[in-house]
Amino acid sequence: MTSFLLFCGLFLCAMMLISLYRAVFGPTVLDRLIGTNAIGSKTVVLLLIIGYLYGRVEMFVDIALAYALLNFIAVLAASRYFYKKKGLREE
Amino acid sequence: MIEYVSNGVVIFFLSAGLVLFAGGGIGILRMPDFYSRLHPAGKLDSLGLMLMVLGLAVHNIHWEHIQLSNILVSIKMLLIAGFVFHASPTATHAIVDAGIQAGMRPWRKGNTRRG
Repeated sequence: MTSFLLFCGLFLCAMMLISLYRAVFGPTVLDRLIGTNAIGSKTVVLLLIIGYLYGRVEMFVDIALAYALLNFIAVLAASRYFYKKKGLREE
Repeated sequence: MIEYVSNGVVIFFLSAGLVLFAGGGIGILRMPDFYSRLHPAGKLDSLGLMLMVLGLAVHNIHWEHIQLSNILVSIKMLLIAGFVFHASPTATHAIVDAGIQAGMRPWRKGNTRRG
């Protein structure tokens, strides 16, 4: 079971690299926001898997919950900022 | 005996979540503009995270000897899934709202790819 969890973590890291392409090369700011949001939602699961691999799930589940909250607040704040600023053009 | 059943259920949930995450990543990479990229980003990510967290919560309850502390940690994991189930559509709607406010046109058939 531990090796399967390790495989899941490595697969999630590969999926994060795919999303990282969109976060780096996205033509507009909102594309980059989508890429970082996808990376954050994968990181929550990756934190839980790291907790299983270290045998300290009861600690890592709190970190994962805080990370989910932070990811949501960051995306909401960034999109509100560009909503107010109106400086968002197609480049 | 019950350990084999629980391992099978956990492997099924985690594999389904990995398939959905892979679909979301490839969709973000290949869709033509950012309104259509929000479709895999919003839907597949929230469902994939829910399935994977559910599988890990089933795995956390050691079915041979069930303890209260393990059940409480599993309930906390389900709270993460419930929070993301509400927060992900809200974030997606906020991103679309910012795009509409900035006056970006949706992609139509025949236009050039953006990115």
